[in-house]
Amino acid sequence: MPSVEKSGADPMIAFDGVEKRFGDNVVLSELSFTVAPGEHVCLIGPSGSGKTTILRLLMTLEKCDAGTITVGGTSLSHMEKNGKLVPADEKHVRDVRKRIGMVFQQFNLFPNMTVRGNLVEAPTRVLGLSKDEADARAKELLDLVGLGDRIDSHPTQLSGGQQQRVAIARALAMRPDVLLLDEVTSALDPELVAGVLKLLSDIGSSTDITFLCVTHEMGFARDFSDRVMMFDGGRVIEDAAPEKLFTAPEHERTQAFLHAVVDR
Amino acid sequence: MDNLGTFLSVLSQGLPFTIIATVAGILLTIVLSFVAGLALMSSSKTVRVISRIYVEGLRGTSEVVQLFWIFFALPVLVGFQIVPIWAGILVLGLNHGAYGAEIVRGAVQSVPRAQVEGAIALSMTPAQRMRRVILPQAVVEMLPSFNNLFIQLLKSTALLSFVSINEITRQAQQVLVPRFNPQAFQIFLLLLVMYLIMSLVITAIMRTLERVAAARVGRKPSARSRSQATGAGIA
Ligand SMILES: Nc1ncnc2c1ncn2[C@@H]1O[C@H](COP(=O)(O)OP(=O)(O)OP(=O)(O)O)[C@@H](O)[C@H]1O
Ligand SMILES: [Mg+2]
Repeated sequence: MPSVEKSGADPMIAFDGVEKRFGDNVVLSELSFTVAPGEHVCLIGPSGSGKTTILRLLMTLEKCDAGTITVGGTSLSHMEKNGKLVPADEKHVRDVRKRIGMVFQQFNLFPNMTVRGNLVEAPTRVLGLSKDEADARAKELLDLVGLGDRIDSHPTQLSGGQQQRVAIARALAMRPDVLLLDEVTSALDPELVAGVLKLLSDIGSSTDITFLCVTHEMGFARDFSDRVMMFDGGRVIEDAAPEKLFTAPEHERTQAFLHAVVDR
Repeated sequence: MDNLGTFLSVLSQGLPFTIIATVAGILLTIVLSFVAGLALMSSSKTVRVISRIYVEGLRGTSEVVQLFWIFFALPVLVGFQIVPIWAGILVLGLNHGAYGAEIVRGAVQSVPRAQVEGAIALSMTPAQRMRRVILPQAVVEMLPSFNNLFIQLLKSTALLSFVSINEITRQAQQVLVPRFNPQAFQIFLLLLVMYLIMSLVITAIMRTLERVAAARVGRKPSARSRSQATGAGIA
């Protein structure tokens, strides 16, 4: 596990007084937290507590109703123009997005492209890599995720676990500073889970990417993260190192939640 | 059927017109379907309203009346006469493009939201998302409905006889029937068979495209696509 200097450095991710509503349903309120560069943070908490919403806000798939979110010091919702703060335009949003990658529960691979197509599409069109560069990067990443021989397959010809590995490779191909993982193993058959989690651990320890993961795999959260945030009712109710949170949780709700998932 | 040879040769003289009108009408339909269909989903309200007016206006009025407008009324207003076959193609395209716009819109909206989000997470621009991710998947959904639409367009080419284009229906009605009135039954049976064959050709082409498109998104043609394609009627 990479050692992380938490104090001092500017945070990679910062939520400040963030509120998110869906109609009358206030999902997040007054939410503030930071994640340091290179830090691995896992979000745990009961279903419907807003964990996915946090990742979607970061990926700019949702907009927050109040507060600010910054990634690498850049606001997702505002930009500076002639010394004034104005609402971000499409280009500003896209530029921040380039620093963030996301892996989805259901993989979201493009079925109209081969595995290779999925991996080279955005690097060539968005980052402007040449075909050869993108291709080399795709091969390297597929080797990393153990699918070097499936480069010309269609996503539909792969198992769930293999598809999720491709999705991880696809996100990495963009060389993101931040990687968001939303329950990436919960759509997988049980025997495939361990392999994908092992892969993520390897990637975590060999890169300096900042990770924010939502997971129900407590074992993974314990091994992978520098910090675990327990989430309930739209706020962080406990934020501690995994050793502490899993062995001696302070909050009653955390204790109850951990009991429930362990006894599952 | 002693006059079969005559019937065939007279009807065949109309075939080029029917085929040209069908092919050109289909091409125009495809262009208008995509332009208007995408416009129906535009973020600009003005663009949406304009395409909605086009779609409802053309779907809600008769093709024959549209043809009369373009061929007879428009020249009075703008001062020049459109070549009949062009007027016919224009009406066929405008009319079927209005139906096609809804096909395109429906198919695009049927692509799972997750696909768009996958593309957003890769920082693709809205245009890249549409062109590279959404449309290639949507096309698979569109093809069966376009097959039906193109067959309808083929049958609508008979309307070109109103502006004196000697397509096959007009050849039958104006040339053959007056001369061989007692054999009208055979004449129209022959006409029917010709439309049927042409519509089967369209279906064969579209089914091939469906298979190719489905394979490219890694799946077999859906049950829905198969039942819709065979549900297409004849003249
Ligand atoms: N698009 C949406 N429209 C309306 N409500 C939504 C939407 N997305 C999420 N919600 C609501 O926001 C709340 C939080 O949802 P979210 O998906 O973030 O929870 P979660 O913590 O990820 O839950 P789970 O562990 O089940 O994945 C839920 O009450 C959900 O119903
Ligand atoms: Mg969730």
